[in-house]
Amino acid sequence: MIKTTSPKTRFTLFVVFGWILLILGDRVGDFKLYQGSFVATYALAITSIILLTGYSGQLSLGQSALMAVGAYAGALTIFNAGLHPIIGLFMATLVAGIFGLILGLIVARLSGPYLAGTTLALAISLPTLANQFPILGAEEGIVFDVGLPPARFGEDFSQYKWFFWISCLATLIMVWFVANLVSSKYGRTFRAMRDNPVAAQLSGINVGRLKVMAFAISSGVAGLSGGLLVMLISGVSPSAFPLSLSFSILTGAVITGLYSLNGVILGGLVLVAIPEIADSLVSRIGGSEGFITTLPGFLVSALLILAVVFTPNGPGHLIKRHHKK
Amino acid sequence: MTQFITAVLTSLSSGAIYALMALALVLVWRSTRVINFAQAGQAVLTTYIGYTVIQRTGSYWLALVVAVISGAIIGAVIDRFFMRPIFKRIKSGPIVMIAPVVATLGLLGIIQAIIGFIWGLTNQAIESPVSTDGYKVLGKVIAFSSYNLLVLVSVAIAMLLLTILFQKTNIGLALRASAYSPEIARLSGIKVDAVRTLGWAIAGAASGLAGMLYIPGYFLFPNAMDLLLVFGFIAAVIGGLESLFGAVVGAMILGFAINFATTYVSAQLFFPTAFIALLVILLLKPGGLFGSKKVRNA
Amino acid sequence: MSLIVEGLTIDHGAIRAINNVSFKVAQGQLATIIGANGAGKTTLLRTLSGLKDAASGNASWNGASILGKRAEDLARSGIMHVSDGKSVIAELSVKDNLALTGLWRKDKKDVAAATNEVIELFPILGQRMSQSAGSLSGGERQMLAIGRALIARPKLLLLDEPSLGLAPLIVEQIFQTIKSLVKKMDLTVVLVEQNAMGALKIADQGIVLNLGSVVLVDSAEKLLNDPAVRSAYLGF
Repeated sequence: MIKTTSPKTRFTLFVVFGWILLILGDRVGDFKLYQGSFVATYALAITSIILLTGYSGQLSLGQSALMAVGAYAGALTIFNAGLHPIIGLFMATLVAGIFGLILGLIVARLSGPYLAGTTLALAISLPTLANQFPILGAEEGIVFDVGLPPARFGEDFSQYKWFFWISCLATLIMVWFVANLVSSKYGRTFRAMRDNPVAAQLSGINVGRLKVMAFAISSGVAGLSGGLLVMLISGVSPSAFPLSLSFSILTGAVITGLYSLNGVILGGLVLVAIPEIADSLVSRIGGSEGFITTLPGFLVSALLILAVVFTPNGPGHLIKRHHKK
Repeated sequence: MTQFITAVLTSLSSGAIYALMALALVLVWRSTRVINFAQAGQAVLTTYIGYTVIQRTGSYWLALVVAVISGAIIGAVIDRFFMRPIFKRIKSGPIVMIAPVVATLGLLGIIQAIIGFIWGLTNQAIESPVSTDGYKVLGKVIAFSSYNLLVLVSVAIAMLLLTILFQKTNIGLALRASAYSPEIARLSGIKVDAVRTLGWAIAGAASGLAGMLYIPGYFLFPNAMDLLLVFGFIAAVIGGLESLFGAVVGAMILGFAINFATTYVSAQLFFPTAFIALLVILLLKPGGLFGSKKVRNA
Repeated sequence: MSLIVEGLTIDHGAIRAINNVSFKVAQGQLATIIGANGAGKTTLLRTLSGLKDAASGNASWNGASILGKRAEDLARSGIMHVSDGKSVIAELSVKDNLALTGLWRKDKKDVAAATNEVIELFPILGQRMSQSAGSLSGGERQMLAIGRALIARPKLLLLDEPSLGLAPLIVEQIFQTIKSLVKKMDLTVVLVEQNAMGALKIADQGIVLNLGSVVLVDSAEKLLNDPAVRSAYLGF
């Protein structure tokens, strides 16, 4: 859907969607708003993986590290430099993007499992660096405070609604940007690169440069989502970005289609909804404590396997095939 | 001086365990072109089985044997009934490279959930069968115990057995041929599918051994082997993913780098050293130390 | 015991590589399939040896259908395919390469005897037993590949462009060897070749393929003298 529409239509769609979210925001309670913020944040993280892995074919397990970079950059900007939270989020994106650029240059020659291994190592080691440098707050981390909603929004405008607005707006803008990117000739080039790097290179595409570009942009997006994440939990610390976060995001991306941006919101929903569904399932059928705690993980994993086996190219593909018949 | 000796010995010891995991991962990679993240789950599952054996019989050694054997069986079952059907289904499209890896990720989660369900999530412990007190060398106590020695000896024996298997037996030749060129192997009459399952079984046995050697110095919980998987993977990548020898070398390099860095510089460098070691090697040789030069169709 | 191919149709992705091809090769005969690049010859061979599935049609050897079977099972039943690209495993030694086709055989004595026969046939292999196959020259690799196939005591030998990339002298050697093997071992051979002249000279029967379809089937001698064939494939 996003791919085949013209830029104007796409813009309109995003604006309309934004308005819908705005109205929704007025009607639901704080808890749902809080959850919604997480959905937006995860959707953004999933977008970064789709760009990197789905479009430019680089399997990276290090998104959690990039999110951490963005989160810390943002936190430092707000806390240490005392700048406005919006600048903090901007810095999160920028710093992570630059980090991703450098990283992309370093790993440009790697592919397949070698790239995966390197990004995996990065994901486990980067957050621990926070313990090394006191300015990064060690284990307790740094506070990330976007402040209260502006007074002019009135008294009823809760903190959670503010979170919701910020995260949705940031996500919408970024996803719109990425959607434009993948619909442009860059997107086609990415796909050519992913499907057949040799042929792409032979037709004059500078594969190396594009790979680095994809890495940089994807890192920037991940950095922003990292910033949003720590905004929601009001502080950044090493434990906020475990390796399992990378896996979760990859899971979300695969479940809803690694090769198209259409499913990112769904992906975010899935990641937030699974623990919920597990909880309600468990309260209905009861079970031991072991059952309760292990069910969410089991569901996510089972869903991941089913998705990768039955809808390897995303559920969108499945629907398309059905229509063709 | 003692610090140096201790660092060397502990490097060997941790390197040995990384080597087992790396071997398992390389075995699976060579035969199936998949990074088997579920190996962590297989390893910890067999360790839980070993734990249950200890609960019932009190014998670590029996548990060790059971763990290795069940590791082989579980590995074979996973290849035959999980991976093979997946490969049959996924034949085209860009997902071909990613799907099996993601599937193993999913399998890992399922195994860990099942473990949590059956055995619970609280930390369990497996007692070391031999003393964990450091040896006394020249009057000073060093950080190397009978337990560390057990680890080293076990891994050395395992590697010896594997080398004999691969280099001196017909089955070993079939395994190697199927890994290098499945097509030529099939045209020569080798049942490549069965051979692949055998590869998974051996990998499962190796990770089963790794688990039983690793846990006594640590705690047993569903995610206990995740870290070891990561380090095993890094070691395997350093070694080039293509050769078993490379896996061992990579593991030793990793073990030494980490141990020396944490001993002489800072304990905080545990993870960053792994990353840097990996990065340095890959920058010099993008295919790992012993990786093949030709571009393999992954 | 003959190889009977009827109405075989094979697709390669969206392309119809082989279209309704039929031919027969009697036991003990050497048939050569010639045709330009892209005629589908390799695809045909890969389907006969079980590496690829056919879309429709029949192929049988010795009365039994060979379609839809696994390559390793066909190999074990006496059908040996020496695929192109000098199909040796470069990382293994010459000795190990030769051993591959004997791994699953129960009669180890016969495997040893067959190996000795192959070394007699290609003495250069005997000299290079412990070297890696990757260090061999093109011609030596071809001999290794053929030798490995022969150790399995095949009845049907499928050869895919053995002359590719080899010096004319070596090509001559290999062709003569193949010819003599047919008689000595009562082999049935399907030889796919771009070197039409050399192939037709040693063959009994010739099958000309063009863009996936059979254009001509005749005795090799007649084809050698056929003006159309000569101008199209033999260059004069």
